[in-house]
Amino acid sequence: MQDFLQQVVSGIATGGIFASLALALVLIYNAMGLVNFAQGEMAMLATFTALSLIQRGVDYWIALPVTLVLAFVGGVVIQRVVIRPVERAPVLTLVIVTLGLATLINGLAGFLFGYVPRSFPSPFSVQTVSILGAFASYQDLGVIVVSAIVLVLMYVLLQRTPIGLAMRAAAHQPEASRLLGIRVSWMLALGWGLASAVGAVSGIMAAPALLLEPNMMQTVIIYAFAAAVLGGIESPLGAVLGGLIVGVTVNLAGAYVPGVGGDLQLAVAFAIIIAVLVLKPNGLMGRGSVRRA
Amino acid sequence: MTALRNAPPRYALVVLVVLFFAGLPTVVTSFQSLEWAGVLIFAIAIMGLNVLVGYNGQISLGHGAFMALGAYTTAILVHRYQLNYLVTIPIAGLLTGLVGFFLGIPALRLSPLYLALATFALAVVTPSLIKRPEGLTNGVQGIQLLPPDPPPLLSDVFSLVNGGQPMTSEQWLYYLSFAIALLLFWVAWNLIRHRPGRALRAIRDGEVAAAAFGVNVAGYKTLAFGLSAFYAGVAGSLYGLATGFVSPDTFPVSLSFQLLVGAVIGGLASIAGPLVGGIFTYWLPIVSSQFVSDQTWIPSQISAVFVNAGPAVTYGALLILIMIFAPNGVVGLILSGYRRLRDRLRGAGERGTGQMPPDHQTI
Repeated sequence: MQDFLQQVVSGIATGGIFASLALALVLIYNAMGLVNFAQGEMAMLATFTALSLIQRGVDYWIALPVTLVLAFVGGVVIQRVVIRPVERAPVLTLVIVTLGLATLINGLAGFLFGYVPRSFPSPFSVQTVSILGAFASYQDLGVIVVSAIVLVLMYVLLQRTPIGLAMRAAAHQPEASRLLGIRVSWMLALGWGLASAVGAVSGIMAAPALLLEPNMMQTVIIYAFAAAVLGGIESPLGAVLGGLIVGVTVNLAGAYVPGVGGDLQLAVAFAIIIAVLVLKPNGLMGRGSVRRA
Repeated sequence: MTALRNAPPRYALVVLVVLFFAGLPTVVTSFQSLEWAGVLIFAIAIMGLNVLVGYNGQISLGHGAFMALGAYTTAILVHRYQLNYLVTIPIAGLLTGLVGFFLGIPALRLSPLYLALATFALAVVTPSLIKRPEGLTNGVQGIQLLPPDPPPLLSDVFSLVNGGQPMTSEQWLYYLSFAIALLLFWVAWNLIRHRPGRALRAIRDGEVAAAAFGVNVAGYKTLAFGLSAFYAGVAGSLYGLATGFVSPDTFPVSLSFQLLVGAVIGGLASIAGPLVGGIFTYWLPIVSSQFVSDQTWIPSQISAVFVNAGPAVTYGALLILIMIFAPNGVVGLILSGYRRLRDRLRGAGERGTGQMPPDHQTI
């Protein structure tokens, strides 16, 4: 039982990482009906930025917000330069462009930082603390707390501020919003910036455990896809829920289901994606229909 | 004779290309023949992807997984059951095609975006799925395949042309790939020009309208998936034979991605596109890294990094640039350039001759 609880806690911690990245995916999906295949790579690049700052002697808690601001700016620039020219193109074109972006960023990171995995500092110690009889590491708890703060901040921004309202309006009713004086195109750029920053959090939280290298997020993005699809791709709350469920499920499956083990955890995520898409394409919290006739 | 003279110029081009590829091994070394076999194998797989993405408007980011299935089918049948490798090629194709056909059924329910997601996930899990049944796939170790000997008769004929040199197994693999590529390109070309091709394109350009005209939408979409997987399976089988070794790491996500890059760069919804795409995706990493390591003014540390990162940077940048500026790919660029030149030579008067507009794709 104790072992089970421990698996659940560490599942929630990884789930928080998946949830942040899934939330980033949802933000962009809501802004323009597109799954951003480059989200993981953008997060990876931001994590390298954070590492460069920390290695230059910047304190972790200063490097983190600076990185998030840089990631935000990077996201806006990417939207303006790469995505805007194909904004109105069919989905296929957009998917190919984001895939191109993913490869480009992956290659750039390899070019700039090399492919040797690097350790990434964590402000939380690996010591454990006992909660309700289960031992959880401060590292896991820290990840949970940071993810929770980010998610709450995003919620407040989107649901409780004028700019959040404008963003949601631009996403759902672009024409009407334009008539009301909202600069819809810039709202999309803002969406990309926010997504980039939220994704960066997941990269920075994942890096201590995974070791930082250009392909670090390639598996995390699959879990985030699973989380977003499970939550119903358009719902931020669903993404968070989906992230936690995927994190816990994958962890438990790796520990208890015979034959899964560490190497087939990714297959569990794949199975979740397929099962949700086939059985309940709207996910847990999605509303609209998935198919456009 | 008049029939020949009236044939469109593209027929002459096709003959030239076929002659070029038929004669290639007599000019280049045996090892280079094997490299060009790789080009043709890529072209076959990209043609399969093109049928699905270019002509039918469904997306797959997981064709590397189909290639893996084809390659492992051949490897297992040859290695464990001592089957003749030639027999295993169609088996690999048919098995993969069947799997693709059945995967096409759930794919029917998915929007293009979700299909992209699901197939991408498939490509990512493929290596770990292969590693699991170790008794069958030999796990991480992979399976070794002996290079096949050329048939004596062909070898004799070849040595007549090639100044008495007998055919090496590399050259034989090249000709095998060439023959299969020729056959499969011909099949695709016929299919696209006739009823099934029209149905596929109609579905791509408007599913509801196609259904209203009596096109069996579900049937054709799953068919496209199956056919596309068949091509990838055959290509995978040849890929395994040509490299002589299959392992989980032979089929990373980047392979699926490379195929998509090839399809897009060559030109979606064109028959020549996959060949151009195959040449491009096969040679780009090799040529670019060679070029960089040859430049002595670049410090060796930088060029060493470029060998790893360069292809990804180039692929990514090209993919974005092509999608923005030339969505019809290299073949589309050449065609529109050719048409513009022809129109200018003929004078503006002949524009609008009542011909059907070119097959503009809707990407």
